[in-house]
Amino acid sequence: MSRTTSNSRSHSSARYIICLLVALGVFVTAYSGLAQDIPLISGGAGLLTDTNSGNTTYYSIIEPLLAAPLGKKVLVESRADLLESFSPKGGGQSGYNHSHFIGLTFLQGDYLTTLHSTVVGGEFLIPFNTYNERLTPIWIGNFQDAPLIFPLGLLSSSSGLGGMVRGNAIARNKYSINYNYFYSTRSGAEQFTSHRGDGGRVGLYLSEQRLEAGFSYDRLLQGTHENFYGVYVWWEPKDTAFRLRSEFARGQHAQGYWVEADYRTLSFGGLDSIIGRVESVFRIQQTFRLDTILSDGLPLVNTQRADFGLDYNLPHNIRILTSYARQFSSTGNHNVWETGVVYHFVFPSWKGKHL
Amino acid sequence: MTSRHHLIGSLFLASVFALAVTAQPTSAPTDKKSTSSNSRKRVAKTQDEGERVFQQNCSRCHASPEGFSPRVSGTIVRHMRVRASLSQHDEEALLHFFNP
Repeated sequence: MSRTTSNSRSHSSARYIICLLVALGVFVTAYSGLAQDIPLISGGAGLLTDTNSGNTTYYSIIEPLLAAPLGKKVLVESRADLLESFSPKGGGQSGYNHSHFIGLTFLQGDYLTTLHSTVVGGEFLIPFNTYNERLTPIWIGNFQDAPLIFPLGLLSSSSGLGGMVRGNAIARNKYSINYNYFYSTRSGAEQFTSHRGDGGRVGLYLSEQRLEAGFSYDRLLQGTHENFYGVYVWWEPKDTAFRLRSEFARGQHAQGYWVEADYRTLSFGGLDSIIGRVESVFRIQQTFRLDTILSDGLPLVNTQRADFGLDYNLPHNIRILTSYARQFSSTGNHNVWETGVVYHFVFPSWKGKHL
Repeated sequence: MTSRHHLIGSLFLASVFALAVTAQPTSAPTDKKSTSSNSRKRVAKTQDEGERVFQQNCSRCHASPEGFSPRVSGTIVRHMRVRASLSQHDEEALLHFFNP
C-alpha cells in the first residue's frame, strides 16, 4: 500500500518536474536570439554499483541541467535528479528491492547586477563550504560518495528557497576574493522543501600559488537555532595535474574534516595519452560527535574512513570510477567497494542560428 | 488539485511572468577580423587571459567538456560566471577563449 502511494507521489513529482522544465525550455527559447546564447541541456548520466558490507546495490542516475540565458543579464538554471536503485532484499530473502526517486535539485534565476555581483532568486544550492555547489554533479566528483560531513551546514535539505547575493568582490591578476550571502525561508512545498536560515561564504584565491582558502558560516533559524562553521582549502600546483581539496565543518553536535587528493601524470604523452587518462584519487576523513543529539546526519559515533580510487577518463566525456574504502568506528569496521561509469553531456536545446 | 499544487503553479506562473518582463531579445555579435599585428597581439593576449581564467576557475573542479557546440558557449560562460563567481572581465576573456 505504501509502495503504491510512494509510486503515485513519485509519478506526480515527475510530471511536475517534466512539465516545469519543458515549459521553461519552450518559453526561454522564444527569447534567446544570440548565436552563442542558445539554452543548453547539460548534466551527467551514470550506471553505478555500491557494495557495502557485502551487499551490492545498483543505481542508474540521470542529472539533467537546463541553463537558459534571457537577454544580457539573466540566466535561469535548473537541475533535477532521476534515480533508480536495485538493492538486495534483507532477512535471508532472495531477489532485489526496486525504488526510484525523482526530485528537483534547484531552480534559480540569476540576475547579473554589477561587474562584481549577481542576485540569485528561487531554489538554490546552499553555498556552505565547497562540496555542495562544486562537486555534487556525478560527472565531477572523484568518488560516488559524498564526504561524511557533507550534511553539516546544509540546513537539512542542501537547498534553500529565497535569495542570495554572490560574486567576486576583488579580481586582480594575483588574487581574487569571492563572496556570497543567502537567506532561505521555510517551505514544505513538494520539490521546494527548505528550512529558514541564513549564512554566507568568503574565499580568497591566490592565482600564482593556485591556492584557495575560505570560510563559511550559516545559522538555522527555525526549531532549535544552530550555528555551523566551515573552512576549506584547495590547492592545485601550477603545471601539474595534482589537486588537493579539503574541508573542515563544525556543527552544534558534531564536527569533522576530509582531505582529498587526485593526480594524473603529464609524462608519457600528456593527459590525453593512455597513461595520462588514469587518475589516482585518495580521500581521508574523520567525524567527531560532540554530544548524543543526532540531528545532523553524521555517524552516531566517531568515525574514520579512507578511500582509495582509480578513475579513467575516456574520450567523449566518459569516466570510469572505481574505489575501495575502509570505514572504522566503535560500532564496527566495514569495506565499501564502488564502481561506475558516468557520461557528461552538453548540447543545445534547439538548433538556433549558425555562428 | 491540492493547495500545494496551487502554490507550485502560482510560483511557476509568477516566475514566468517575471522572466517575460525582464527578457530582451539580443542581436548576433559582429565578428571583425583584423590583420594588423597589433590586433593579432590583442587577440593572442585575450586568448591567454581566457585560458588563464579557464585553468584557474573551471578546470579546478572538472575537465573541459569535449566538443560542445559554439552555440552554447555564451550560456556555459554565463553559468560559470555565477557558479565560479567570475568578474565580468573574466567572463569576457573566457568567452573569447571558447570562441577565438
